[in-house]
Amino acid sequence: MSLSSSPAVETASLRSEVDAHHDAWFRRTLKACALLVLAALLGAALSTLWGGREVLFGHGLHFITSTAWNPAANDYGALAPIFGTLVTSLIALILAVPTSFGIALFLTEIAPAWLRGPVSAAIELLASIPSIIYGMWGLFVFVPFMAHIEPALGNTLGRIPLIGKLFDGPPIGLGILTAGIVLAVMILPFMCAVMREVFSTVPARLKESSHALGATTWEVMCDIVLPYTRSAVIGGIFLGLGRALGETMAVTFVLGNAYSVTTSLLMPGTSISSSIANEFNEAVGLHRSALIALGFQLFVVTFAVLLIARLMLHRLARLEGN
Amino acid sequence: MVVAIYTHRRIVNLLALILSGCATLLGLLFLAWILWTTLQHGLAALDIKLFTKVTVQGAEGGLANAIVGSLVMDTIALVIATPIGIAAGTFLAEYAHRSKLGAIIRFLNDILLSAPSIVLGLFVYAIVVLPMSNLTHGVVSFSGIAGAIALALIGLPVIVRTTDEMLQLVPASLREAALSLGIPQWKLTTQVLMRAAVSGIATGVLLALARLAGETAPLLFTAFGNNFMATNPLDKMESLPVAIYQYTNDPNPALHAMAWAGALLITLFVLALSLFARWYLHRHRSAHD
Repeated sequence: MSLSSSPAVETASLRSEVDAHHDAWFRRTLKACALLVLAALLGAALSTLWGGREVLFGHGLHFITSTAWNPAANDYGALAPIFGTLVTSLIALILAVPTSFGIALFLTEIAPAWLRGPVSAAIELLASIPSIIYGMWGLFVFVPFMAHIEPALGNTLGRIPLIGKLFDGPPIGLGILTAGIVLAVMILPFMCAVMREVFSTVPARLKESSHALGATTWEVMCDIVLPYTRSAVIGGIFLGLGRALGETMAVTFVLGNAYSVTTSLLMPGTSISSSIANEFNEAVGLHRSALIALGFQLFVVTFAVLLIARLMLHRLARLEGN
Repeated sequence: MVVAIYTHRRIVNLLALILSGCATLLGLLFLAWILWTTLQHGLAALDIKLFTKVTVQGAEGGLANAIVGSLVMDTIALVIATPIGIAAGTFLAEYAHRSKLGAIIRFLNDILLSAPSIVLGLFVYAIVVLPMSNLTHGVVSFSGIAGAIALALIGLPVIVRTTDEMLQLVPASLREAALSLGIPQWKLTTQVLMRAAVSGIATGVLLALARLAGETAPLLFTAFGNNFMATNPLDKMESLPVAIYQYTNDPNPALHAMAWAGALLITLFVLALSLFARWYLHRHRSAHD
């Protein structure tokens, strides 16, 4: 009697065949779901490219270089929103990078152990507050506050040649500077979380040996911790930048919604995301196409920034052999 | 000379440490400031009318339709995102742990996690709102279901990522023990690994809910908004964040109180969810170490 004809072996081999069949289907289903993530990103890029094609290809370079945004004449130049997005994000970075570095330094090196948990949890809470709340708080609380501060800014920083131009404008509280500050508060927890995490991966041996050689905490931070974690810190900063570029609700209320490119940070402006949020539902035809084209540009730029961020973060992980 | 250098270094160090303490205080100050104003204005505006009356354009109403709309859309979004997210996360952890495709998807999922939500709104407008409007000749255009799909896209990467991480935390010995008994891979995954990681995965779903419940931008051109009570997901649907947006945009200051009340509700909900999820995740993680 051959082995294959034994009923027990037959059911076993049948069962393993059925199992293999189920396994293959299970695997395919899971893979399809995972590919949906790819499809979502690709779809977002392609659908905005398609929706904005009339303006992207019809207007050509004019769309990026012109400041005219005139739905009545069907003439669209996106320089003002692009300018607003870049400048507000830049202000946010300038303010948030040193602050989050300071917080990460405090949490990893200075704070006593019992304080670290609560404080880092509180900073992370800033990240879970919905962006619409930032926007509301910005408009009703922070804008009036800035209106008090801005005359003082104009009288001090505004007097300095060159830099003075930046603070030369109506002190109404609304504007690019205010939007930049609100954005800074928003992206702070993201950058801080990355920095805190990577700072704590620095081997204690390295820090202890430099302390033993007489280095101060600050010197250990600058000469040991920062060089060791540099790529991840840059990645964290880019992660924050990506957030700042794409943020909508936090800036829409406080920007003032004006299509202008100015040297003054106190002037109202607009950004890509707030232009889309404000106008999309009333826009038809070419106007709508122009807004979708703006969305495409925003997507491409944030994708590139986030790509760099993730690559930089990956580098440190590889360095550690993860 | 040596003493002078040493003093200089100590002063620099002290200054840096003081500044970093100030930075921390500044961060905490902003958190307290935002939470305090939301609580203060929100509590003052809290009223039973909020839960019984619907929103009114340009006049004081309630938030009943916005609360119902948010609940409906958040639920549908989770119903869509949870199975897909868990399946995708399982694929990454169990089938593509070391493969190139797995690395690419994991990488792009992290990008989707911080992609601008307004562009995802435009995407859903193009693939759901426009085709539906064309198919039904404009009867159905903006709809709760479109809003829910947009929200699902925002919650999805959160679920994918936590599922992936949680499954990787399951000890390899558990896998090997099950496989040595001759169990097929799909049974191993669904009946052994999922069970071991279920609390972590559930936390991921809660984090996703916390993330998508506060989103406004992707709802503007998908669910649109509606001043009537709508429970049919094919109708235009109001939501708490969009109601806050409209009330805030209104020049009438009396309506700003309504916006604050909505802000209080959504903030309490989101913060409670994410605090609970983080606490739970933390406990879970330390139990594994």
